[in-house]
Amino acid sequence: MRGNAEMHSLVAPGTLGAVLDLLAAEPGQWTPIAGGTELMVAFSAGRLNAAKLVNLWGIPDLRIIEVTPQSVAIGAASTFLDLRKHAVINAELPLLAKAASWIGSVANQSRATLGGNLVNGSPAADSSPALLAYDAEIEIISVRGRRKVPYSEFHTGYKRNVLAADELLYAIHLPRRFARHRQYLRKVGTRRAMAIAKVALGATALLEQGVLRETRLGAASLAPYPTRLKQTEAALLGQPPTRETVLAARRALFAEVQPIDDIRSTAEYRRRVAVNLLEEFLLELRREGSRP
Amino acid sequence: MSTHATTRIVGTSVPRKEGVDKLVGRACYVDDMEREGMWYGATVRSTIPRGLIRSIAFDRRIDWSQFTVVTAADIPGENIIQLIIADQPCLADGKVNHCEEPILLLAHPDKHKLREALGGVKIEYDPLPPVFSIEESERQDLIVWGADNLLKSFLLEKGDVDSAWARAANIVEGEYCTGGQEHLYIENQGVIAEYSAEDEVTVWGSLQCPYYVFKALRGVFDLPEDKVRVVQTETGGAFGGKEDYPSILACHAALLAKKSGHPVKMVYDRMEDLAVTTKRHPARVRHRTALDKNGKLLAMEIHLDTDGGAYATLSSTVLSRATLHSTGPYLCPNVRVRAHSWATNHVPYGAFRGFGAPQAVFAMERHMDEVAAALGLDPIELRRRNFLHEGDTNATEQLMREPMMLDQLLDRALQESDYHAKRSQFARENARNPVKRGMGIAAFYHGSGFTGSGELYLNSLGGVDVTPEGKVRVLVSNTEFGQGTNTILTQIAAEALGIEYSDVTMAAPDTNMVPNSGPTVASRTSMVVGRLIERASLQLISLLREQANLGATYTREEFLAACERYRAAHGELSSMCHYEAPPGIYWDDQKYHGESYGAYAWAIYVAQVAVDTVTYSAEVEDFWAVQEVGRVLHPVMAAGQIEGGIAQGIGYALYEKVVLADGRMTNNQMTNYIMPTAEDVPPIHVYFEEIPFRYGGFGAKGIGELPHDGPAPAILNAIRDATGVSFTSIPLLPEDLYAGLAASQPVEEPALP
Amino acid sequence: MNANGRARTDAHWPAIRFTVNGEIRTVNVPPMKRLLDVLREDLHLTGTKEGCGEGECGSCSVRMNDELVNSCLVPVLQAEGADIQTVEGLALDGELHPLQEAFLQNGGAQCGICTPGMLMAAAQLLAHRPHPSEAEIREGLAGNLCRCTGFVRIFESVAAAAGASESEPAKESVKEPKMEQTNHAR
Repeated sequence: MRGNAEMHSLVAPGTLGAVLDLLAAEPGQWTPIAGGTELMVAFSAGRLNAAKLVNLWGIPDLRIIEVTPQSVAIGAASTFLDLRKHAVINAELPLLAKAASWIGSVANQSRATLGGNLVNGSPAADSSPALLAYDAEIEIISVRGRRKVPYSEFHTGYKRNVLAADELLYAIHLPRRFARHRQYLRKVGTRRAMAIAKVALGATALLEQGVLRETRLGAASLAPYPTRLKQTEAALLGQPPTRETVLAARRALFAEVQPIDDIRSTAEYRRRVAVNLLEEFLLELRREGSRP
Repeated sequence: MSTHATTRIVGTSVPRKEGVDKLVGRACYVDDMEREGMWYGATVRSTIPRGLIRSIAFDRRIDWSQFTVVTAADIPGENIIQLIIADQPCLADGKVNHCEEPILLLAHPDKHKLREALGGVKIEYDPLPPVFSIEESERQDLIVWGADNLLKSFLLEKGDVDSAWARAANIVEGEYCTGGQEHLYIENQGVIAEYSAEDEVTVWGSLQCPYYVFKALRGVFDLPEDKVRVVQTETGGAFGGKEDYPSILACHAALLAKKSGHPVKMVYDRMEDLAVTTKRHPARVRHRTALDKNGKLLAMEIHLDTDGGAYATLSSTVLSRATLHSTGPYLCPNVRVRAHSWATNHVPYGAFRGFGAPQAVFAMERHMDEVAAALGLDPIELRRRNFLHEGDTNATEQLMREPMMLDQLLDRALQESDYHAKRSQFARENARNPVKRGMGIAAFYHGSGFTGSGELYLNSLGGVDVTPEGKVRVLVSNTEFGQGTNTILTQIAAEALGIEYSDVTMAAPDTNMVPNSGPTVASRTSMVVGRLIERASLQLISLLREQANLGATYTREEFLAACERYRAAHGELSSMCHYEAPPGIYWDDQKYHGESYGAYAWAIYVAQVAVDTVTYSAEVEDFWAVQEVGRVLHPVMAAGQIEGGIAQGIGYALYEKVVLADGRMTNNQMTNYIMPTAEDVPPIHVYFEEIPFRYGGFGAKGIGELPHDGPAPAILNAIRDATGVSFTSIPLLPEDLYAGLAASQPVEEPALP
Repeated sequence: MNANGRARTDAHWPAIRFTVNGEIRTVNVPPMKRLLDVLREDLHLTGTKEGCGEGECGSCSVRMNDELVNSCLVPVLQAEGADIQTVEGLALDGELHPLQEAFLQNGGAQCGICTPGMLMAAAQLLAHRPHPSEAEIREGLAGNLCRCTGFVRIFESVAAAAGASESEPAKESVKEPKMEQTNHAR
């Protein structure tokens, strides 16, 4: 244990408005902390540079999951256990429910939040591939108002995002239009539980009249931040899921991704497994597509 | 009496002696303890793997007068950690030989100020070139230890290997490598030390061997026996990692306690524990094997090399056990084993469950499958043709006098696992399945107790006494760290004395109170120490019969009454015994010849493994463990030892990698050092056969380490069966499987059938 | 700093109040202090252990507001008003909880260091899944690392406790081991 609790301020203004006022009054000075499953690890390791923290845990406005006919709006401080328990998310956004069940353990899921996962911005973020595949939108809030950004544009670099110094991630919106899409999500980690993704692929695709429409591929650990695989999507758009398409897509993905060697795995392994995952998804489509 | 009699307590699964305390959170581990006026200690460590210390500077912004600072100059006795070879300093003095080597110690009452101060010590070095592998060390271009980098070597010879090659119908070679492995006890290492002018040094700590720590403290402080006291606290896992390392930690804390005038607690956090403490020795084993036309072994030549790290610690004894387990449970008339342990500038390696046998058995059992493949023989059949039987001699020409049942163990293992049917089924299914399945086997033994004359050398002393309150106490220095010492020894005493399990307790593991019955290592507790307690108990009965009118038969109440009578007449009532070697033990330490171990446990393990060709990960789906271990003293605990050891062996094979860069462990966090979780372990089926060993406690042989020897080769043999590809190195991670299975495939080639 | 050299719990720090094992407790400590350290150091409940400080091993697991959390990752400020259960709160009036009894009979604890966290995770699981399947037991305990048992007898202990909730637990029973032995004494 290398952290010193006396060296950090942790304040709890208690309401969303009060938090936003603080962020506006002293922009860039206060680090929001929700479930703490990332920041407290850094704290224990003596690596928490943030001297001033503002508590988001327990602010009701940030933990609402609101369902409208068009979308599900998930409050940024919703925990992964909240997601796992939500009937509409389970029914209509199963990739997100699946991702939530893979994050750490039950003890992590009861505390880790969707917003925290995104703002932490690890390229291996567990929720990201599903959010990319579902074309999620990020809603950002500050004293100056609210704005929305496609999730695919939220990350701008390794652990960098579009949030201004006075802004807070408020909600994640997911459209409710994937009922007819084929869906796939697989994470490859070091073991079955408690594993950071070496590589993960999420996919949604519409198969209409035997060809692929609207394919979205979201990947983790294949770039400095979670990304859509747009070139590979382009190679699939309008194509039937034939053997030739699979081979072309493998080649496209292989060329598109930029994995690295790190303490968990190698670039070569990540690249190869990514194309295998894509192929697994496409073969599922072929099998399903051939059924009457 | 013991091995054949019907027993009431031995052989039943009584509740764990200290179980309730552990379950209600009352058990006191070292970090749960505090002493009045306690300070905290921390260690300033080398950041380079090898070099001279040019200067040590203290940041002027820190008020060092508040701190206690200890260097090598403060050591009253010898600056050496007493173990086997006197090469490891307690604190580096002018020179460092590995990353994280302790250089100086700090103490302060405030943990946070202490941490800041660690950053305030600036050390400058003149680096020297380091050695980081067996290959580099054995080339001897760069000498980093002694005259030749050689920590230890053994030569074991039987028959005439050199003339056998010409007669061979087949010669098969292979090289097998094993990596380092971390114990990952869930309780980090820690001690509290106290110093007083009257009693001098006292240390409480998480440790396996109070008398090892005792000896180390005596050396560093130059103190007589009555001025050093070591007490084991409840210990949260050890696996060999707390056999020798605690001596270092104890000396550090005690030096700080003496100089500061305060008790000092030193408990590592996980990052420090992973980075600085001992690990399993990495090994490279080369086999060259000659067989006749019937697939019978003619000759084995083995070169076995380990990386010992910067100091010898236990490298010699690990090498010894590796050597003596390298030839497997097979009859081979001609054998040569050349074994070397090489010094490098890695953090010193040390004891870990199995102690050289996992490395040696991995190589032997992988090699048997390679030999079988080369000969076109079924791997089961090859083993059967070569098993040792009663009346054969092993590699050290020890006559196998005890009954042996390897064939029956094999039959049982094949039957319980449905090995042949599954193998056929998988062979059919694998072609069309992205997940390839296979079955693999390992046949092996584990020698119980210290090698050869080791137990005689230890000359263990242990026994029982009876308190004024009528409680029988077991007096041994052997410790509980989950494996059941407290329970089995009190079971044995209760059984031998004819009283109840609840009548017997363990005396506190405190060197002021218990004799030296040897370390808690080498799978010796149930066999050697158990026998000592059994004999001491019987001796107590004799004493009471002779001197306190205890009858030929008696009730529990009559026993207690006799104890009272004896105490009234004589004061204390105790019965102690020294170790007695079984008759006919002959061991030549020079020629490595004779009875290498007093007894062996024998095992056949079977693994069912699935290899996913999409992700290149291998998972153990099912596991069967059949072993003959002498008398099973406590069925639930014995099975628990096997299951736990197998889980560690699975980790050793497929998950656990010590990642080193420039001599430093870079994955020193639990998020990066990967052990199997509850979702990763397969079902584990445990079967015991018992051939009671008449010189073990109630017929017991050792079981603690056996289960870590078999899983890795069984798993890799199963992977060979599943994929047709031979892997010879562990840990075998998905990245390595990928390299062997698919790296040469062009990206256009689909992974899936 | 007091005579022991320890940082004082000081009125300088605002009070934080929560319930532990049914008792209301108040502490005046830095709000960032880990709940684990508050339990162990300020409340002297040393049953909850630190194994890693990273939220990986689960030996610090406690139940907070009927959820399982790793107390090494909870700043104590966030425990304000919470209802916390630690291992010390499992047994009632000196009677072992069925889980504790089951672990004792089935070999669920060896060295014991993971046991408090493991019991909390098991208690949390059974509170919401009184009759869990083996897969559910594995998932419920996936965040609690045990290096001694290989988990096998922990699964059996949890299953036994789940079964025992349907009938009176046998007090005297010694569980038949789930493995086989054959004695070849000559």
